[in-house]
Amino acid sequence: MGTRRDFLKGVLASGAAATAGAVAVPAAARETRSRPPEALGLLYDGTLCVGCKACVAACKEANNNPAEFSTVDHLWDTPLDTSGYTFNLIKMYRNGTMDAKDQETNGYAFMKTSCMHCADPSCVSACPVSAMTKDPETGVVGYNPDKCIGCRYCVAACPFGIPKYQYDSPTGRIGKCELCRHRHKDGHYSACAEVCPTGATLFGRTEDLLAEAKRRIAMKPGELNRFPRGRLRPAQEKMLQGQPDGKGERKRKGWRHEPDQSYETPAGKYLQHVYGEKEYGGTQVLKLSGVNFEKLGMPNLPPDAAAAMSETIQHNLYGNLIMPFAVLGAMTWVAKRNVKPEDESSDKEGS
Amino acid sequence: MANHQHAAPAPVGGSLVNIVTLSCGVLIALMAAILMVRFLFGLGAVTALNDGYPWGIWIAVDVVIGSAFACGGFSVAMLVYIFNKGEYHPLVRPALLASLFGYTLAGAGVMFDLGRWWNVWNMFWPGSINPNSVMFEVAVCISLYIVVMWIEFSPVVMEQFGKRDMKKKVSKAMFFIIALGTVLPMMHQSSLGTLLVVMGGQVHPLWQTPALPLLYLLSAIFMGYAVVLFESCLTSTAYRRKIETQMLTPMAKIMLGILAVFIVVRLGDVIVRGALPKAFVPSVEALMFWLEMACFIAPLILIGAEANRRNPAKLFLAGVLLMLGGALMRLSGFLIGYETGGDFNYFPTLAEVLVTAGMFAAEVLGYIIITRRFPVLPREEAIH
Repeated sequence: MGTRRDFLKGVLASGAAATAGAVAVPAAARETRSRPPEALGLLYDGTLCVGCKACVAACKEANNNPAEFSTVDHLWDTPLDTSGYTFNLIKMYRNGTMDAKDQETNGYAFMKTSCMHCADPSCVSACPVSAMTKDPETGVVGYNPDKCIGCRYCVAACPFGIPKYQYDSPTGRIGKCELCRHRHKDGHYSACAEVCPTGATLFGRTEDLLAEAKRRIAMKPGELNRFPRGRLRPAQEKMLQGQPDGKGERKRKGWRHEPDQSYETPAGKYLQHVYGEKEYGGTQVLKLSGVNFEKLGMPNLPPDAAAAMSETIQHNLYGNLIMPFAVLGAMTWVAKRNVKPEDESSDKEGS
Repeated sequence: MANHQHAAPAPVGGSLVNIVTLSCGVLIALMAAILMVRFLFGLGAVTALNDGYPWGIWIAVDVVIGSAFACGGFSVAMLVYIFNKGEYHPLVRPALLASLFGYTLAGAGVMFDLGRWWNVWNMFWPGSINPNSVMFEVAVCISLYIVVMWIEFSPVVMEQFGKRDMKKKVSKAMFFIIALGTVLPMMHQSSLGTLLVVMGGQVHPLWQTPALPLLYLLSAIFMGYAVVLFESCLTSTAYRRKIETQMLTPMAKIMLGILAVFIVVRLGDVIVRGALPKAFVPSVEALMFWLEMACFIAPLILIGAEANRRNPAKLFLAGVLLMLGGALMRLSGFLIGYETGGDFNYFPTLAEVLVTAGMFAAEVLGYIIITRRFPVLPREEAIH
């Protein structure tokens, strides 16, 4: 006798503990994070891109990455996708007769593939050892191979398929664009933007880049407009540079001085969509295109980041370990009653 | 507990060299050879892993499915010590032993898969850990649980070597170790499901849901009982012992209760999220979903009636079906229903399959050696 009563007690105690734990932790949802105010990024404008791949070559050089071959003769660096050794790639969309650029049917278009530097990155949330981090100021998503355990959860988590692993090496690393953060201290910015001849890839503060993107999609197609190249300098920075003391935004930010490289060209036919403005809570790399983004390999993403949902679940269950300890307390209490030291001697008596 | 008189556990005895142990040895040797190539030349040298499928069967099968198969110890311990069902006591040691091997090898399996394994200490280093990461939670809980299970099992070893005082000391703290041994698996088995949440839309809607932690926890519990059914029937046949139906029949009823709750949650979630139409689109995913559902529903029909639950063959089959159903749900979430875009394909290489086979062989071999030499299974006059 007593078994049924104890059974019920056990059920009640563990149930009560679980409920207490659930109540003690406020069911707070972790909101999707937004970009830090000084976030740095890129604006890629597919209508300006000519597919020269200077950015691909510059990226390889800046990151000390080897060439990857996909042709028989092994003459040129010809990666077919980003990889552990290729962090930036221009991909081409082709349809039918390929008559005109930035045209969905019987046309072609270009798209840059590289890290989007999400406001709320899945890879950073996924990484168990903080090898993938987001800089609180610049928002750059950086990688630290000295912490990385090579679990590749970041590879699986990223909706853009960006972090890549070097499977051919016994000491393989994760490879991804870090916005050339290692060159920032010398006043250099992202190599891809530095070398882009048409300004299709532009470097700058994401806030400024977003304003520039909105300026562009409001343009009348074919109308002559001025487009910056290299690094986008906000109006405020130009003003400061013009001041008599010679000290201005340029010096404060530490970017190298370069002449104004802007030029005039007819505006392309833009889709009314700045990719990266809202996707997954926003990204620091923004994209413009004349052809549907999904056709160019950019996924259709909701405004909420998956990392927010994942961390909401994680912290509601384990926040401050309140729930685990509540359940452990209940289990210990019940087990203490049920696990009797003479248990063993009764075993001996048996048989 | 005093109400229940059970045969004390005793070593089964007998030879350790037979066709089963020799086959296990061969599989383990093959695994070792493949792993040597993997550690010398990288993951790409032996696996079909790629950036579209960064996780293969070493994670999806060896760790995610393997650890769920190893939930017998946890499920039975809950029954015996938390719900005070002392009549199941003889099942505790064999179930715990199987869990011990399942988890220890899953832990070892992770090391084979880690690309930068020498940095693994960062997982426990305060300056490196990331409490936001679901994998961090899984890794810490599993590591702790492996230690807890070895402590839970240690009296068996002490008994064998006559360390009575030591055993007494350990048994005083055993209630706390047992409590830990129920909480830790609840934590990481649910989190193994949560691992998929951050992958967002890359996981097919039939397997991507905020209910993942609940689904993985409930299924781990009934898979635990299913594995006990499977093992008990198999061990009884292999060692020519009486099948413990007097324990397995009522345990199967509890298993079906949890299964019923699980099916309601699983189907309810799919319907509430509006994902059910996806199950009627002709696709591999839809097929996998219905296969999985069939494995969950069939045991309700097969052993739903009390009389059928007394039939060892039906119990065994129901156990196998539930293990398969739970395995399919995990395989679909992690591999078949995972799609990252682009032209990526993954099918495990022979080498990958052999390593997985080697892991399971190591479990079987360890189970045989320990049950034959240590007091795990209830004493019984052998019918040799």
